[in-house]
Amino acid sequence: MIEVEHVFKVYRMGATKVRALDDVSLTIRDGEMTAIVGPSGSGKSTLMAILGCLDVPTKGIYRMDGESIEGLNDNQLAHIRSRKIGFVFQQFNLLPRTTALENVLLPLLYDGVKGKARKERAVAALETVGLGDRITHKPNQLSGGEQQRVAIARALVNNPSLLLADEPTGNLDSHTGGEIVGLFQRLNREQGLTILYVTHDPFIARHTNRVIQLEDGKIVADVQIKEPLEAGTPRPDDILEYMTHSTELEGEK
Amino acid sequence: MNLLENIRIALRALAANKLRSGLTMLGIIIGVAAVVALMAVGAGATSGITSSIEGLGTNMITVTSGRAFSFSGMGGRTSDSQQLDPLYYADYQAIVSDVGAAAEVTPYFQDAGNVISGGLTSSFSVTGVTSNFAQVRSFDIAQGRFITDNDNASEARVAVLGYQTAIDLFSGLNPIGRQIQINGITFKVVGVLASKGSSGFFSEDDLLLIPLQTGYSRLFSGRAISDGKRTLSGLALSAQDPEQIDAVISQVEYTLRRQHQLTLNDELGFNVSSQSQMLSALSGVTGTLTAMLGAIAAISLLVGGIGIMNITLVSVRERTREIGLRKAVGARRNVILVQFLVETLTLSIFGGLFGILLGWAIAALVSASGVITAVLTPNNVLLAFGSAALVGLFFGIYPAYQAAGLRPIEALRYE
Repeated sequence: MIEVEHVFKVYRMGATKVRALDDVSLTIRDGEMTAIVGPSGSGKSTLMAILGCLDVPTKGIYRMDGESIEGLNDNQLAHIRSRKIGFVFQQFNLLPRTTALENVLLPLLYDGVKGKARKERAVAALETVGLGDRITHKPNQLSGGEQQRVAIARALVNNPSLLLADEPTGNLDSHTGGEIVGLFQRLNREQGLTILYVTHDPFIARHTNRVIQLEDGKIVADVQIKEPLEAGTPRPDDILEYMTHSTELEGEK
Repeated sequence: MNLLENIRIALRALAANKLRSGLTMLGIIIGVAAVVALMAVGAGATSGITSSIEGLGTNMITVTSGRAFSFSGMGGRTSDSQQLDPLYYADYQAIVSDVGAAAEVTPYFQDAGNVISGGLTSSFSVTGVTSNFAQVRSFDIAQGRFITDNDNASEARVAVLGYQTAIDLFSGLNPIGRQIQINGITFKVVGVLASKGSSGFFSEDDLLLIPLQTGYSRLFSGRAISDGKRTLSGLALSAQDPEQIDAVISQVEYTLRRQHQLTLNDELGFNVSSQSQMLSALSGVTGTLTAMLGAIAAISLLVGGIGIMNITLVSVRERTREIGLRKAVGARRNVILVQFLVETLTLSIFGGLFGILLGWAIAALVSASGVITAVLTPNNVLLAFGSAALVGLFFGIYPAYQAAGLRPIEALRYE
């Protein structure tokens, strides 16, 4: 369970102050699959960073599983990231010249998991994302979709309570992007993993149970999706019509 | 996360950029090699000089003209003694009568001469000596005989060659009985000295000895005359008993003051020193020399260290996203710090090891060339290696701190 109460994030850009987050409050229950949408500069990534304990709010309260992160130092935040959060990025951020297995091992290394258990867990995570036969491949030997799946395996290997993805399909073609979304859906449904991803693609957002829309650092819409799209659904031809449709959805709030 | 894993990560990062790592290491390799080689040469020169002085003879005392310690008594050229109190032949006679019972005294005058042998001209230092020179300076005769009192009394034109001089002039032929010309005057070679072994800067094997009186009358001319009196380059004394060395020195100094009408307040214009004094004076000089060589070499080590820092800073910049990712998946500040420190330490330690090998090879090469026998001491090797490791640590700290201090959110966004 994630609770955000009246969170502000203010950046100082020279003389001017930028409110990247402006009084944001939201609650995400365990097992929810949520998309955050909004234009560039709306504060999506800032919100992700705070939810992922990569950054701390300027003001406001953030509680994770009932515990506030207020006043924690860098090392304590690193510990929370290591134990409770898995990250997936648009750029994959795999270590180059390093096998899929060792990329997935990385979080366990920093969490002090040793020897055999470490390898077993990493292999299991790779099998979960369907890459059991690719564990010795290096990133440059894998396709974009496979690389992102390695990154998802890396995010899963510590059994996090929250998986955060920042534009996970942004660097993939629509078909591969659909596969990744399908993988998220499977993880959410089969393992009850709480997943939250940022996207600017309304179609991708539509695959979740809940869509939160940000603008200028504020939540302008927070919609429950009654019937999420199933992965593999063909993308509508007329994206404009689709956008109109999705605006109607927001009206259901 | 243990250190071993951190070392593996560091090695992998270094191996990923072999050329760059190699070039960075090269700075340290050259620095350490320079330190090792130069210190070895310095140490070799020191031990060479020390053994030369020890080879001068037992209970040796030298008297030379001049206020400061000079090398002129030991096979070098005569020093420019114009401004100094000249050492007179009469001083020698006075010293013999005063300390003759406690020490054997031998006078010599050294001059440059053109020597013609077999049609070839070469330049030599020609030393006029008396019959007890070989005994005082511990020379053995290899062939023929030494200069006798009779040679001096009759101003005979005879010469005794040092071991190397004989080789240079006669290239292996038996020189005994052959003739050489010194400044146009013909001398007959009557003897060859046994080798004392070459020991670095001074060789005692390149002497060319003639009777002192012959030199005065035929060779040295005005150069050996001051105020109408005959002068000497120096005296060598060999005390009968080591216990008496200090007493002999005091007596010689007293005699010289008396001869030159100097009071105890006047500065004595002569250098009277024992072998042990010369050793300590020289070891001071060579110690400074070695330290200076080491310091020059240390500068290149420093430059190498700056190279490491430079490259590591670039590497931190390049790998900003990697660092951000490592932090995002739970790496703590210290883990990143250690990762980069291990990288710089690895570069400097391996650079240090290769540098020691290279320095050792250079030292061996120098020794093989025969100029100086370079001496590699474990202390110097450890010093060079230690300073390389220290340089790596020191110059790694700043980049490592930069890496560790990166904020993960900004690092991940870095393009």
